[in-house]
Amino acid sequence: MKNYWWKILAVVLLIYTVVGGMLQEVPRLAILNETIRNLYFHVPMWFGMILILLISVVYSIKYLRKPTIENDIIAYEAAKVGILFGVLGIVTGMEWAKFTWGEYWSNDPKQNASAIGLLIYFAYVVLRSSFAEQQQRARISAVYNIFAFAALIPLLFILPRLTDSLHPGNGGNPGFNSYDLDSRLRMVFYPAVLGWTLLGIWVVNVRSRFEKLRHRLYETV
Amino acid sequence: MLLKEILYLIQKDLVLEWRQKYAFNGMLLYVGSTVFVCYLSFGLRQFSADSGPIWNALLWIILLFTSVNAIAKSFMQENRGRLLYFYSIVSPQGVILAKIVYNTLLMLLLAIICFVFYAFVLGNPVQDIPMFLLALLLGAIGFSTSLTMISGIASKAANSSTLMAILSFPVIVPMLLMLIKMSKNAMDGLNRGASLDELLTLLAINMIVVTVSYILFPYLWRS
Repeated sequence: MKNYWWKILAVVLLIYTVVGGMLQEVPRLAILNETIRNLYFHVPMWFGMILILLISVVYSIKYLRKPTIENDIIAYEAAKVGILFGVLGIVTGMEWAKFTWGEYWSNDPKQNASAIGLLIYFAYVVLRSSFAEQQQRARISAVYNIFAFAALIPLLFILPRLTDSLHPGNGGNPGFNSYDLDSRLRMVFYPAVLGWTLLGIWVVNVRSRFEKLRHRLYETV
Repeated sequence: MLLKEILYLIQKDLVLEWRQKYAFNGMLLYVGSTVFVCYLSFGLRQFSADSGPIWNALLWIILLFTSVNAIAKSFMQENRGRLLYFYSIVSPQGVILAKIVYNTLLMLLLAIICFVFYAFVLGNPVQDIPMFLLALLLGAIGFSTSLTMISGIASKAANSSTLMAILSFPVIVPMLLMLIKMSKNAMDGLNRGASLDELLTLLAINMIVVTVSYILFPYLWRS
């Protein structure tokens, strides 16, 4: 119980998110209408992506300090799950944008920034696949992972604030303010962020355990 | 100590470049032919007010490709023996800083030549030349800092020239957007205070990239 309580928590929170998110009363806003429920699915993807990519970078740094296969595997699996969250974030965002802004892709700075962010991590995957030797692959991709994350920070947190965006809070602080996120939304939104992030960590956990086992199997054969 | 190493390494790179001029001449020809191809295919000579953004974007795209090509060779041209020799006598921090400074000088020279030739062939709508040159300077520094590190990473892998492009473009895009905006402001002769945001952001990005390269290069160097 003490080791897997957070998995139960993740499942409970996600059930709550889906049921509560679909059924609960939401504020009636012009243009947004019912699509505001997408807040529980689209926004947590980005929170989850940033957090999981942060985990990936932390394990890359750990790898450079202490080169073990485990650190490398976790860094790689976390980067892949981060990509998955990013792709889901873009897809849910495009769907939402179609209904509210009228276009799937409307050249919004945040849309562009997230697309570029994904390109960086696709490049990471390609870089990894171009090495044959395991240690060299692990070290050099760890270096690129840290470098890319440093380049991602201005892309996601500074540039969108300098330009006007269709996203809420454009031009200034892109966070949520009391005027557009009322307490009924918060009641589902924060559990949703936590739930999706825990699910991502769970996927990373399972994937890296699987990879470790596979590695051990290949070593002994 | 570190400073002496850096100066020595820059000197070595400059001498090497001077002895085998084909690399630099190749870059010059590359810039020249790209500009000329753009001139022929876009026909921007008759300059109208609304082609300003195209003029600007085209210049930066040419500069981007030039810098990727010029900087890609900074680690690939070093042969194994020479790298091993460096490994035994200088510190990795010295190597990366020297390469960054050398590439900045190279890029600055290429960027200015490119701008002069481009303005000569396609017409020059820039109203605030000093500000535009400042944008070019920041561009040269920014491109060379991030591309030097990327070229170090790419040179370790197989099929490094494709990898160089894949790895560098996404990393460089934020910088490129800032530069395009800043040089557009200079083109339109806007008040210089209008570009302050871009200028500070560019400096901040450059600082981040140089610091990260300085910290990470020793790990890359070890293989």
